[in-house]
Amino acid sequence: MAGTLLFIVMLAPLAAILGSLLVRRARVAEYLNLTASVVVLFACLPLPALSLAGPRTWWDDYIVLDPIAAWVLLCTALVYLLASIYAVGYMRLIGEERRLYRFYALFAGFALTMLTGPVMNNVGVYWIAIEATTLVSTFLVGFERGRDSVEAAWKYIIVVSAGISLALLGTMLFYWGGSLVLGPTYDMTWAVLREVAPRVDPGLLLLSFLLVLVGYGTKVGLAPMHTWLPDAHSEGPAPVSAMLSGALLNTAMLGIARFVSIADAAHLGPLPRAVLVALGVFSLLIAALFIVRQEGVKRLMAYSSVEHMGVLALGFGFGGPLGVAGALYHMLNHSLNKSLMFFGAGVAMRSYGTKDIGAIRGVLRRLPTAGALWLAGAVAITGAPPFGLFLSEITVLRAGLGGANVWAVVVMALLLIVIFIGFLNHFRHMYFDEPSGGEVSPLRTSKWCLIPMWLALAPVLVFGLWWPQALWNFFTTVAAQLGGGGS
Amino acid sequence: MPITNLTPLASSLFSLLAIASLVLAFVMLGSRWLRDYLRAFMAESWLIGALSAAVAYYGNYPELYLVAVLTVVFRGLLLPYLLLRIIRRMQVDREIHESLQPSSSLVAGALAVIFAFVVAHQLGNRLNLAGSVAVLALTIMLSMKLIGFLMLAVRHEAISQILGLLVLENGIFLGSQILVPGMPLLIEIVILFDLLVVVASLGVLVRYLLAHVGSTSTRDLKRLVG
Repeated sequence: MAGTLLFIVMLAPLAAILGSLLVRRARVAEYLNLTASVVVLFACLPLPALSLAGPRTWWDDYIVLDPIAAWVLLCTALVYLLASIYAVGYMRLIGEERRLYRFYALFAGFALTMLTGPVMNNVGVYWIAIEATTLVSTFLVGFERGRDSVEAAWKYIIVVSAGISLALLGTMLFYWGGSLVLGPTYDMTWAVLREVAPRVDPGLLLLSFLLVLVGYGTKVGLAPMHTWLPDAHSEGPAPVSAMLSGALLNTAMLGIARFVSIADAAHLGPLPRAVLVALGVFSLLIAALFIVRQEGVKRLMAYSSVEHMGVLALGFGFGGPLGVAGALYHMLNHSLNKSLMFFGAGVAMRSYGTKDIGAIRGVLRRLPTAGALWLAGAVAITGAPPFGLFLSEITVLRAGLGGANVWAVVVMALLLIVIFIGFLNHFRHMYFDEPSGGEVSPLRTSKWCLIPMWLALAPVLVFGLWWPQALWNFFTTVAAQLGGGGS
Repeated sequence: MPITNLTPLASSLFSLLAIASLVLAFVMLGSRWLRDYLRAFMAESWLIGALSAAVAYYGNYPELYLVAVLTVVFRGLLLPYLLLRIIRRMQVDREIHESLQPSSSLVAGALAVIFAFVVAHQLGNRLNLAGSVAVLALTIMLSMKLIGFLMLAVRHEAISQILGLLVLENGIFLGSQILVPGMPLLIEIVILFDLLVVVASLGVLVRYLLAHVGSTSTRDLKRLVG
């Protein structure tokens, strides 16, 4: 059952890629991609429940489905569907009709690589999958081929490839450490690494862990390795930004969470988690500094992604059932909410013809519905109740209080408040300052753009009011499987 | 474990090839001309291919012969050819933009090697491998990593940044041949293939850069800040 569903998850985007490339019609490609994303979501929905039966592997242990992988798949599938609906409305405005089929082929390919990564059981193959996401998404970031898009794409591929090569080095050293115990050839799966970790020299493991953390941390966008993120997120088309932020970052975060659990199994002491926590706090700090004085509307959203990846890092870094539960819940909420934010930013950017926050004024009068949704999203993304991110951030904070890194909790709370004020201040200006250029008239927003915004906001609100018991049980299972240890 | 019980001949052959690759990394670091840079990279890849073959022979890993052939074909011939084509088309030969003189970067590279040696030595002592070829492999792997980052940081020509990335990966490849020759074949092959795709993508991007930014110096890529 689960195997068939996974097969469908891989097959649907593949069919969309081939279909788009064969037919070469923009209209056909967009509906193919949309259909694929619907199929993927329906195939992913039952996966978390099915994965509870215990990790299962296919294809000579190369593919694994465990709860955390199923969860990341579900988040990815949600963003893929939302972004695909939105893309139909948004990409028609770009005026690249002839090349549009290629966009959808790449888009489905990007989704395919992100849906493949989490279920890779071999640590080396996981690295390859993450590298593949970079390659495909580079062309999506540079799709508009403007000067800035090309610049962003170049920085993206160079910074991320260089960073992630450190993760390869770390992976190789992990393998070497294991080979001193198990003999020169063995299958480097997550489970085997965890099993062998206690018997490997701790110094070597620590070095490998730090290399891996910096490597995948580059891809996650943890400061100070985040430098590619604001450029890539702000220069790609809005649906691509949503996929980058809401889905891609999670798939790399999964690798970090798994390596942390290996480090726990090896009893490396408090250092691995302390480094992860420190990176999380530093990401929050950098995000706070850049959010307060931001001038570009999409860069604002990008730095907010740095912030939320910092929160995820803190959740996994604090560990324990609460930390893991908070991080996973935050992952879902952030995926939905950040998609909404980029959709809103895309609509505003198109209707004002600028990315400059200073030139966007009187949003509610010009874009009544989309503007209201975007504003609600902005309140939600800064962690205000009654939205889901409030609950998940409080849970992460609560998880930290019980551990060795209480200082991090204090700093995190402070920085979240600074970000709340700074972020909403920009929205106050955009919504309530008087526009300089006379009266603005309402503009119609395409339904294709509005529907995904509704679809993203509704669950974030529901999850803020009601944390389903089934989800809580699911998270505790994940925490137990990750070793649950921690500070 | 082949590392601990190598014949002296095999051990010195591995060391020779590894050290020669490191020297070539320094040649790259010190060269002012993109073509020399490329030739040094090509020679380095051949040496790594030879190393794979040597490990296959002495360590009895027949599958590494395949890796050796693929290394020479992909990294030794195909990649340099692709890069040479880009260089010809763009008519940038000399490295024009450098924030560090080649002589200074050689000194920085030497410091990187010393640092790498200290780290490798410590690790070797912990693992009771002191004095074996493993320490040398670790040293060279880490120093090529650092030299690659140095190249990425101080050179602003798009092509030399690609070469910097390739040196980063060469280091890992070289180290992995000696340290973990038994690493599953599939992974090594896919990584080789992956690299080819990286370079192809970068080639496309370089053309975009030339068309839309008007230059291939990454120093001109400074619009997106803050």
